Amino acid sequence: MDPAGGMWGRRLGFAVLLLVLVVGPPYLPPFLLTLLTQTLIYSILAMSLDLILGYTGLSSLGHAGYLGLGAYSVGILATRHGAGFGTTLVVGIVLAGAVAAIFGLVALRATGVYFLMITLALGMVVWGLANRWVSLTQGDNGISNVPRPVLGLPWSFSKAIPFYYLVLAGFVLALLVLRVIVRSPFGHTLVGIRESESRMRTLGYNVWLHKYIAFVISGAVAGFAGVLWAYYNGFVSPSDLDLSVSIETLLMVALGGRGTLLGASIGAAVIVVLKNLVSAYTQRWLLILGIVYIGTIRYAPEGIVGALKQWGQWSRVRLSRSTA
Amino acid sequence: MTTVLNLQNVSKAFGGLSAVNEVSLSIDKGERRAIIGPNGAGKTTLFSLISGEQLPTSGRIELFGRDITRLAPHRRAALGLTRTYQITNLFPRLSVLDNCLLAVQALLPLKLHLHRDLRRYPAVYERARSVLAAVGLADKAAATVRDLSHGEQRQLEIALALAGSPKILLLDEPTAGLSPAESLMMTALLKKLDPSITLLIIEHDMDVAFELTDRITVLHYGKVVADGLRDEVTANPLVQEIYLGVS
Repeated sequence: MDPAGGMWGRRLGFAVLLLVLVVGPPYLPPFLLTLLTQTLIYSILAMSLDLILGYTGLSSLGHAGYLGLGAYSVGILATRHGAGFGTTLVVGIVLAGAVAAIFGLVALRATGVYFLMITLALGMVVWGLANRWVSLTQGDNGISNVPRPVLGLPWSFSKAIPFYYLVLAGFVLALLVLRVIVRSPFGHTLVGIRESESRMRTLGYNVWLHKYIAFVISGAVAGFAGVLWAYYNGFVSPSDLDLSVSIETLLMVALGGRGTLLGASIGAAVIVVLKNLVSAYTQRWLLILGIVYIGTIRYAPEGIVGALKQWGQWSRVRLSRSTA
Repeated sequence: MTTVLNLQNVSKAFGGLSAVNEVSLSIDKGERRAIIGPNGAGKTTLFSLISGEQLPTSGRIELFGRDITRLAPHRRAALGLTRTYQITNLFPRLSVLDNCLLAVQALLPLKLHLHRDLRRYPAVYERARSVLAAVGLADKAAATVRDLSHGEQRQLEIALALAGSPKILLLDEPTAGLSPAESLMMTALLKKLDPSITLLIIEHDMDVAFELTDRITVLHYGKVVADGLRDEVTANPLVQEIYLGVS
């Protein structure tokens, strides 16, 4: 079967998906629309983690912290200082990136499990600050009444549909930026680092520097997701960035397919939908999540995207055999 | 003759075990030197000290007149030093072309570019393909490395080392695991290398070592026991005893 046909098939698939995302929402019931909006926001978070997890091979368990920094930037600046969207956006992204730049100096001294533990600890530091720095963050009461952005456009973002399109634009922007990065020479280097750090060193790469830059970019993009989240939810609290969110983000990437960007989005969709559906019937969401994860590792270790690719290869082989 | 690589009393101890013991070595530009010795003589450890993957316990290493004793591996590569590995050290899950692309961009500033698709740098692809052609892997560019035969993987090892136009090349048992026919091909390939490249080769296969080099250094239990032109060394009774158990 013609491999070029496969590529055009994928492009067609993306185009159809994009079309559905653009045209479909006005016809969706409100609950599904909010789920879709939430999915897009978490997709941005998951894709940002995929950059360091899937492409560079760094397992980070503290990623929700960067989402939290973005979200609290909005929460604090928008409610207490009347800051507009432009300001909160820039502050949210820059703050998340700056904190990633500091945390990266600490975390990247370690590798493997130790890196995982340090990122977990650093994520907890941010959560702890959100909880205890009550004068700034209102502690676990959270910050409420976060107003929707006012952009001087003819639509009010207080309404679900215009806000959805704002989030969609953000998602597409994040996807395009990350896509350029992973296809660039820098992106290829990250994959090399994932596959064999030591070989990369002797080839001449400053491995630490590449990891560090990826880490900072990843944090900044997660901060962007956080900014959108605060506006979406209207309410920011420490539970938006606790360990379970970091874990869910990691599972989104693993479930969807590491190192594929779009896989992270698919994983986000599955987790968000499952979480909202399952929570209607049982308290044991984390148990279900654990089962889903174990199932993924056991039956589809390359995630949903990996499984789809394999299935695509099998059907091509079977097709060519049957027509031979 | 300019000295390109100079080791002065370099030692590497792992606890009580002295893997490399007061080794002094001087390699000139364009020289082809073989490092031979029985298994466990410290040859690969010596290479790791030169490439920067291990740090010496004592001693001094100079590359092109510069003290590199504690310099990071990637900076040594930037000075023009590359190595291959006795146990193949490639990127097994990536394609042959991807492996070579990584080697080609390794010393170029564009490796930090994150705003343009790599495909927009055709020079990188051209260089990668020409290096693959030079080692005889042109038609395997799309293959995944772990699907290659051992011989082809050894060829790729050489390709990765040559991609950055090195000035000095450390080859660690290039014919390891190769059939006699493959060894011949590998030797022919290495003979075609640019004569201005300085070559340091660890070899067990004496025919290959003698074919490719003029000077030989013999290591035994981490120490240099003989160092000189090939005929001197093969006539050396100590070397004969080490290798053949003959006195």
